[in-house]
Amino acid sequence: MYQYILKRLLLMIPTLLGAALLVFLLLRLVPGDVCVLRMAGGAGYVDPKAIELCHAELGLDRSYVVQFLDFIWGFVRFDFGKSMWTGRPIVEEVALRFELSLQIAIMATLTAIMLAIPLGTISAVKQNTWIDYVVRAFSIAGIAMPSFWLGVLIILGLLITSKSLFGSPWMPPIKYVPLWVDPLYNLSMTIFPALATGYRYSAVATRMTRSALLEVLREDYVRTARAKGLVQKLIIRRHALGNALLPVVTIIGIEFAFLMGGLVVTEQVFNLNGLGKLFVASVTNHDYTMTQALVMLVAAIFVVTNFVVDIIYAWLDPRIRYK
Amino acid sequence: MNLSKYLRAASIMAVSAAVAIGFSGAPGQAAPKKGGTLNFVVPDEPPSWDGHRETTFALIHPFAPFYSLLIKVNPENPSSPTDFVCDLCTEMPTPSDGGRTYTFKIKQGVKFHDGTPLTAQDVVASYNKIIFPPEGTTSARVAYFVMVDSVSAPDDHTVVFKLKYPSGAFIPALATPYNFIYSKAKLDQDIRWYEKNVMGSGPFKFAGREAGASVRGERNKDYHVSGQPYLDGFEAIFSSKQAVRVQAIRGDRAAIEFRGFPPKSRDDLVDALGKDITVQESDWNCVLLFTPNHKKKPFDDVRVRRALTLAVDRWGGSESLSRIAIVKAVGGVVFPGHPLAATKADLEQIPGFWPDINKSRAEAKRLLQEAGVSDLKFVLSNRAIDQPYTIVGTWLIDQWRQIGVTVEQKMEPTGPFYARLRSQEFDVTMDFNCQSVVNPLLDIGKFLSTDIGNESYGGYTDRDLDKIFEAMNRAPEEAEQRKLMRQFEKRVLDEQAHSFVTLWWNRIIPHRSYVKGWKISPSHYLNQDLANVWLDK
Repeated sequence: MYQYILKRLLLMIPTLLGAALLVFLLLRLVPGDVCVLRMAGGAGYVDPKAIELCHAELGLDRSYVVQFLDFIWGFVRFDFGKSMWTGRPIVEEVALRFELSLQIAIMATLTAIMLAIPLGTISAVKQNTWIDYVVRAFSIAGIAMPSFWLGVLIILGLLITSKSLFGSPWMPPIKYVPLWVDPLYNLSMTIFPALATGYRYSAVATRMTRSALLEVLREDYVRTARAKGLVQKLIIRRHALGNALLPVVTIIGIEFAFLMGGLVVTEQVFNLNGLGKLFVASVTNHDYTMTQALVMLVAAIFVVTNFVVDIIYAWLDPRIRYK
Repeated sequence: MNLSKYLRAASIMAVSAAVAIGFSGAPGQAAPKKGGTLNFVVPDEPPSWDGHRETTFALIHPFAPFYSLLIKVNPENPSSPTDFVCDLCTEMPTPSDGGRTYTFKIKQGVKFHDGTPLTAQDVVASYNKIIFPPEGTTSARVAYFVMVDSVSAPDDHTVVFKLKYPSGAFIPALATPYNFIYSKAKLDQDIRWYEKNVMGSGPFKFAGREAGASVRGERNKDYHVSGQPYLDGFEAIFSSKQAVRVQAIRGDRAAIEFRGFPPKSRDDLVDALGKDITVQESDWNCVLLFTPNHKKKPFDDVRVRRALTLAVDRWGGSESLSRIAIVKAVGGVVFPGHPLAATKADLEQIPGFWPDINKSRAEAKRLLQEAGVSDLKFVLSNRAIDQPYTIVGTWLIDQWRQIGVTVEQKMEPTGPFYARLRSQEFDVTMDFNCQSVVNPLLDIGKFLSTDIGNESYGGYTDRDLDKIFEAMNRAPEEAEQRKLMRQFEKRVLDEQAHSFVTLWWNRIIPHRSYVKGWKISPSHYLNQDLANVWLDK
């Protein structure tokens, strides 16, 4: 097992290096200039000398090789430098957003797990009954409906129902307050985006749980368990579900990592100040340092999540760690 | 008009009328109440916090309340483009020395938020940074002060501006809302200190910021205007999505957004909230232009350029577009509400403003045929922003289609769009002229020759035009300025057909009715220190 973990850890290095090189090169291909945008506000005139000064200040007058090595050296030391747009430390700019994105990702994942595993299991066990049809419709609708659209429906629903019930419109707060400062206020802001995202997420996981469980239920060892006279509940819980959950764990891991930087549109709908919003702003502003740091952060989250998934996989299925 | 449309229009008119009455000091108007926090939404977060460097409303809306200005647009009459009052000075000065010296007396006892006294030295240090920025710093408004020779402080309460020549553009430039008065001590410590820090003498003290989320201010108890501000504080909440900002006001998560909403959002809010919403509207000192690239064929031919403007029905467009977009007023190169602006009769003499659009389009077709490009095709470069860029761009394409010209619209995000403008890699481009204080004598610098006009992208050199501009800025009398302005306008829009005005923007601010004291101005940069705003709840 230790050898397996070590091998997976070493594989992270080339993956992250590849991501770093790719983001560095792609950013330089995008037309536009952070100095022009920052100084001119996109419209005004800026003295070319001032732009030169700005380039020198931000280190953009150096060769690409030097800039890349500087970026990698900073990443190795966990020093992401300063935002080219605001001039403030990237860690400071990212902190609040990371906390919010992590909270939403965790809430959406919990929503997904709580919905997907029981629903997927029931659907598989009751295959081709009305319960199965309802669950399948529920999950297909979840996959088909973009979460931002569901978000808009939730907000409109809240506005309309609260107006008719209480006489005044209500919408989720648009100003973030951390969970430990005011849990109720925080939850009233985060619960709806988490539900909207979690529903889509759960739909994917439900489908996966159902199909994986159906496959496992047809395996010889399940038939043997049945032949031994074990009751259905015990067969599902002790013999089938553990194996069926292997691909579900993968899906949950990938989706969780995706949510950390991928909630761009949902964040816009609910005015969440998360990593996705920061991502869009930094790309739009040609803020190289911030975009590079964010890509590396998300890449690291993906790599670490995959690593954890691999470990869980190996723990659940001993055959994997010995291969 | 069907019943729902009629009711909607009637309700808008009723609410607007109520506002007009409410803000005109009608009998029974309530006295300002103290207390409360004003929550407002801002579509963007500024890159830095230095007003001298930035050009965006995203800086003004959350940060103007922290600062005082030397003079400002009258907050009681902000729709006037010529009414200026003292903020830190004691009275508006009368120029001496043939209009070349302005002496301001500074209020005594004014304190910065850290308790240090504000003196004339702070005003001088701030204006020197704006007018003569030291190396390594950028000032966005150097060009506003080309007439200034020096700024000095003979004592702690007197500031003297010496001009190279008398200029009617000076006082409006001085009232620019970005001209925050900074502490000399802080500037001496680090000339770029204000890019990341706040310390002014305005009605509110900086209370905190959450990156990308909000900026908070709290009442400055030592504010130099007695009894103000009325609010305990404010919170500016950043939200880039317009739909979210509209819903935030609808759901009372925010009371107002100061930039402006399109007509549809106004109507939706009025429909949903009735008396709880108040609408203020104004002409806006922003205008969309379209500019042909003079360095590219066939736009190097004045006949082709003139044909493009002749095809556009501004009068009809104003009526139809004002229902769906934030544009409305028909005007020339000067803000329509200003004394120097063209009258309707003046405008109707200029191609593109003729009252008979059929005659205008027939002439456009004739000119294209004469130039040998009756099947003209080109690309219109546009900024990928819905309001009002895309809408007006699409409308223009339809106008040109009616004279047989085929146009493809190429929309790009702000960065690439302006990169294209600066490199002049376009056929015809959409552009805009958006200013704070209405100051036509400087605002029209947009139309000057490329090597002189800071934001002139047409690629032309017209020294006669530049001379008119120069003469106008030096003309002491308004009548002379007005005469020269008509010559300038005729040369830009008609004789040389350099660049063209489409429609002026229309500012629509629907806000919660409990927000009182704030009056709309013709610019989303003006009257934003919130000193006179109060909440009636």
